[in-house]
Amino acid sequence: MSNNILAITIGAILVNNFVLSKILGICPFLGVSKKLETALGMSGAVIFVMALSSLVMALIDKYVLSQTFVIAGTEIKLRFLEILVFIVVIAALVQLVEIILQKFSQPLYKALGIFLPLITTNCAVLGAAELNVKAGRGVIESTIFGTCSAIGFALALVLFSSLRERLDLAKVPAPFQGTAIALITAGILAMVFMGFSGLV
Amino acid sequence: MTIILTAVLFATLLGALLALVIGVTAKAFEVETDARVETVTGMLPGVNCGGCGYAGCADFAKAIVEGRTIPSQCPVSTAVNITRIAEYLGITAGEKEKTIAVIRCGGSCAVTVRSPYNGVGDCRSAALVAGGAKGCDFGCIGFASCARACPFDAIEMRDGLAVVHPELCTGCGKCVDTCPKNLIILTPAAVDVHVYCSSPEKGAIKLKVCKTACIACRKCVKAADSETQMTVNGFLVTANYSNPPLPDLVEKAKCPTTALRLASQHAAGAYEGVSK
Repeated sequence: MSNNILAITIGAILVNNFVLSKILGICPFLGVSKKLETALGMSGAVIFVMALSSLVMALIDKYVLSQTFVIAGTEIKLRFLEILVFIVVIAALVQLVEIILQKFSQPLYKALGIFLPLITTNCAVLGAAELNVKAGRGVIESTIFGTCSAIGFALALVLFSSLRERLDLAKVPAPFQGTAIALITAGILAMVFMGFSGLV
Repeated sequence: MTIILTAVLFATLLGALLALVIGVTAKAFEVETDARVETVTGMLPGVNCGGCGYAGCADFAKAIVEGRTIPSQCPVSTAVNITRIAEYLGITAGEKEKTIAVIRCGGSCAVTVRSPYNGVGDCRSAALVAGGAKGCDFGCIGFASCARACPFDAIEMRDGLAVVHPELCTGCGKCVDTCPKNLIILTPAAVDVHVYCSSPEKGAIKLKVCKTACIACRKCVKAADSETQMTVNGFLVTANYSNPPLPDLVEKAKCPTTALRLASQHAAGAYEGVSK
């Protein structure tokens, strides 16, 4: 069990990094990586939301989607509604968290507030829930996978934003300026992370 | 058929349930906010420059409504706008003199270059390497650190010299700290005459590296309406901002190096070519 958790942790953070290996969550990766400060705020929000949503999605999967219901004499499994349920519940969950945060923790709300609605329906958040179901993980393992995937996302985002801050001051040839050099940098960063493959 | 009905029913129920939960939570955890804060935020410029000392326009609006500051602390808003905010809240606007930034250097990078510099294109980095590549130790390095910091695009890089456009500058002061040579000062917006040099070295040494240096010939001091309008400090003359000279001084003084300039003409490029 502990061995398995270690494998999930390292696998999610380094080997199968969400951004650089699975190519999930690219829009915040490119969108909020211009400054390290906003990247850190976004990272915090992503870790928070993905840990929470992985836990709740695993519970819903276990107690609702995997159950067989007998309606009007026919046995029905609600598995086919998986994506719909996940999206709607994650969106509502983030909304709830935002309302509660605003009431109880103003500093946390100020730090994460603007980023929470941005990642509500992000593919990385949905992807973590979907991958958990596909891999047949339990509730605890799912939560760990979700959290570690988010930490991997945060790692990639912080690295990338630090690089982009430096790139701003570098002499970049005119055709490569702006997003072009950012995408090339992202590609090279992804190749660097390929070095971890085979670790788990 | 049963499956379709189940799916529709389940999705409807789920949606209704979540809507109910969010609705109840929003009501239960409602945070009371002062409606005036949003109105005042709407009346502010919304550029979030931080010139007022707060984290942005919304934060500043909150501080005004709570009485922690006065509307005129906003350097960007026009006087009319500030009065409007004060009237809306029923408070006094207060007085704050409008300021603009002046970059006290008139010599472009082309003047004399000690050595090539190929490092990071940022003034603070360049200043670490023996004070930058420029011949004058007290001149603009020309890597636009101040121009990047300006939220209003009021600083233009002209041939390696940062030039402030007075009509765009709001006096927020964001550029002041970015200059490693401490060239930027905030001056009263009403004053147009400035000495575009900040080197305290002797005139002959300055002239070797720059054609627009102030050589302390005191022509401007003598031409001024009163001698206290210009302050002489060693080998550098500056305008006395508490008793400022009139704009016609530039014409009268005939500064031999054109270090004495009008900010408006300097920005308009009237001295282009002179400094080379």
